[in-house]
Amino acid sequence: MSDPTAPAPAVSPPPPAPAASPGPVSSGPVSSGPVPSGPASAAAAATVPATLPAEATNAVLILGAASDIGAAIARAHAAEGRPLILLARQPARLEREAADLRLRHGVAVQLLPLDVLDLAAHAPLLDSLPVLPATVISVVGLLGEQPRSAADPAEAERVMRTNYLAPALFLGEVANRMEARGSGTIIGISSVAGDRGRASNYVYGSAKAGFTAFLSGLRNRLAGKGVHVVTVKPGFVDTQMTAGMNLPKPLTAQPEEVAKAVLAAEARGRDVIYVRPVWRVIMSIIRGIPEPVFKRRNL
Amino acid sequence: MKLSGWGRYPRVDCARAVMRDAEGARATVLGQESLIARGNGRSYGDASLNARCTLSTLRSDRLLAFDPASGRVTCEAGLLLSELLAFSVPRGWFAPVTPGTRFVTIGGMVAADVHGKNHHLAGTFGNHVESLLLLTADGAVRRCARDENADLLRATIGGMGLTGVILEVTFCLIPVETGAIRQETLRAGSFDEIMALCEESEGWTYTVAWIDCLARGKRLGRSLLYRGEHATRAEAPDATLAPPGRKLRNVPVDFPRIALNPWSMRAFNALYYGRGRPGTALVDYVTYFYPLDAVGEWNRIYGRGGFTQYQCVIPKAASRAGITAVLEKVSAAGMGSFLAVLKLFGAEGEGLLSFPTEGYTLTLDFPVDTATLNLLLELDAIVADHGGRLYLAKDSRTGARMMRRGYPRLDEFLALRERYDPHRRFESLQSQRLDL
Repeated sequence: MSDPTAPAPAVSPPPPAPAASPGPVSSGPVSSGPVPSGPASAAAAATVPATLPAEATNAVLILGAASDIGAAIARAHAAEGRPLILLARQPARLEREAADLRLRHGVAVQLLPLDVLDLAAHAPLLDSLPVLPATVISVVGLLGEQPRSAADPAEAERVMRTNYLAPALFLGEVANRMEARGSGTIIGISSVAGDRGRASNYVYGSAKAGFTAFLSGLRNRLAGKGVHVVTVKPGFVDTQMTAGMNLPKPLTAQPEEVAKAVLAAEARGRDVIYVRPVWRVIMSIIRGIPEPVFKRRNL
Repeated sequence: MKLSGWGRYPRVDCARAVMRDAEGARATVLGQESLIARGNGRSYGDASLNARCTLSTLRSDRLLAFDPASGRVTCEAGLLLSELLAFSVPRGWFAPVTPGTRFVTIGGMVAADVHGKNHHLAGTFGNHVESLLLLTADGAVRRCARDENADLLRATIGGMGLTGVILEVTFCLIPVETGAIRQETLRAGSFDEIMALCEESEGWTYTVAWIDCLARGKRLGRSLLYRGEHATRAEAPDATLAPPGRKLRNVPVDFPRIALNPWSMRAFNALYYGRGRPGTALVDYVTYFYPLDAVGEWNRIYGRGGFTQYQCVIPKAASRAGITAVLEKVSAAGMGSFLAVLKLFGAEGEGLLSFPTEGYTLTLDFPVDTATLNLLLELDAIVADHGGRLYLAKDSRTGARMMRRGYPRLDEFLALRERYDPHRRFESLQSQRLDL
C-alpha cells in the first residue's frame, strides 16, 4: 500500500527551478569554505512533498511508470514543472527515479501501487487521489511471446488483458471523471502492431488494435466536452520490452523521443501520432497489401 | 549490436545488456563469464567493448542527492556530465574536473580518471571522489572510500571498469559566480616559448595549448596558449548562470578519406594558428571547455575507417626532448592532425592506472590506416624511452609491453584484480590486448 508518511528519499531541497531564476543564483555560495562532513542527506528536510497538494491542478498521472517509456515521459513532464503521480506494481522500485525528479525539477512526485490487472482497484485508486490529474497517460504493455500466446490460452489472456482490457477500463474510469469536470487529456500508448494482425504477433497486436479502437471511440465521445484523447503508436522503441531484438536503427526510437512526441501531441492537441513519421508510411503500405498477398508473406 | 569507441575503431559486434538498477546489474554480472560496463562510449578505443557482454549504464542516470551548502553530489554512474552541469551551473556549481567533452558519464569519468585543463592545480577527477559504490565480481556491492576499501578505490579510479561496475559516485562540485570563463590567448613561436608560457601560467586555474603539429624547423612547436578563470560577477556582470542555448549540428556524412591529406591538414593548422588572436575574452563555459561538442558526431570527419587519438605524457625532465622527438617524427611523416594539444600536468594521483603524471602531455588525432599504425609504433618507442606512458581512455592499439613500461604500479593493480576478480569476469578488448 502507499505510505505517504514513508521517509523521504535522501535528497536536499532544490532551489527554485532554473527557468524561474535566469539571473545569478543569489543563494548559491560563492566562496569555497570548509566542506561539512556527513552525508548530503543531512540537509534533507524535503520541502518537495512526496504527496501531491490538492491545488496541483496541472498534475500528470502515469500508469506503467516503471517502464522505460514511462520513465522518459515522467522526466519530460517534470522538466515542464508538472507534478507527477506515478503508478506501478512495486512503487518502491521507483523511489530513486522519484528522488531524481524532485531534485532536478523541484516538482512533487507521488508514488502509488497499482496492479492494473486488478480491475476492482481502479476506481478506488482514482477516488483516493488528492486531485484528479490534468493529464493521464497509460504506458502499460506486455509483448509476450507469440508462440507461447498461440499455444497457451492463459498466456494469451494475460497479454490481452494487459494490453487492452485493463488499460482501457482504467482510462474509461478516468474519462468519466474528466468528462464530469469538463477538462483533461488522456493519452494511450498503443502500437503499430494494432494496425494489422500479423502472424508474428497477432495476440499482442489484436489487443493493441482493441485499445486503439477504444481510444478512438473515447476521443469521439469526449470531443466538445473539454477532454482530449491522444493515441500514440511508437513503432520500434529501444526498451526492456525489445531487449535482445535486432531492431533496424532508422526505425527504432529512443524512449526520450517517445516522450518528446507525447509532449508535443499534448500541447498541440493531436489525435493519433506515430513517433517516427516513417512509421505512418510503413503502416499505410502494410495496411494496403491485399490479404491474399499478405498471408503469403511471413511478416 | 555493432559498438565502437568514439574513434570508431575498432567496431565490434557486442551483446548488449542494460543496467537499470543494482539488482539488475548484479544478475547480469553473476550471469556472465565476461563483461565490461560502458557509459556513453566516449573513450576512443576498445576499452568499453566486450563482444560477450557490454553493460550499458546509461539508464542508471539518477541524481540522488545534492547539498546546496557544500556542493556535494551523489549520482548513479550513468549520469551524463552534461545533465549534471545543466542542473548545477544555474545553482552556482561546476564540475571540479572536466574532460574536453561533457557527453561522458560520471562513472566513465571515474573509470578513466579523466583530467582537465586544471590538472596542475586540481588533479584528476578521481582526486575529488569521496566515495563510490562498486559492484564486484562476487556480486557484492562495496563502498569504496579513503577510509573503507581504500585499495579498491585506488584500483577503480582509472581502472577502466576492470574492478567491477561503478553504481554510484559521491563528489563535491566547486562554486562559481557565473557560467562564463575569462580567457586569455597568448602566442608562442617555438617549443621553448610555449613551455616557458605553460610554466609561468601555473597560477591560472585552466591552461592548455594548441600546437601546430605540422610546423617544422625553427617553427616547430609554435602554438597558442589558452588560459582561463571562472569569471566573477564583477568581471562578467551580463553573464548568467543559464546554460547557453545552442543547436547541436551533426556531421551529416562520413568524410571521404581523401579529404584528409597533408595539404588540407597543413592549411588547417596554418589558418588556425593565424586566427588565434592574442588577447582577453569572456566566453561561456560550453564554448570554453567543449568546443567540439557543438559539432555532433565530429568523429565522422575521419571517415568510415575511424581514427585514433594518441595521447602520451612524458615526465617533466624529459618532456622537452621527448615531445620534440614525437613532433619531429609526426611532421616528417607528414601525418598532421587537426587536434594537437599540449598541457603541463601536475603531480601524479592515487589511481594505480591513472594516466597523468607530472610532465607534458601531447594529444594527436590520426585516421586509422597502416601508415598511422606503423608511425604510432615508432612514437611508442620514443615515449617509452623517455619514461612516458599512454592514456588508456584514448588507446586502441598499443601493446602489453608498452603498458608495463609506462605504468610502474601495474603489478599492484593486477594483484588487487586477482583478489577481487580471480576469474577475470570484468574484461574488455583493451584489457585482453594489454594483459590487464
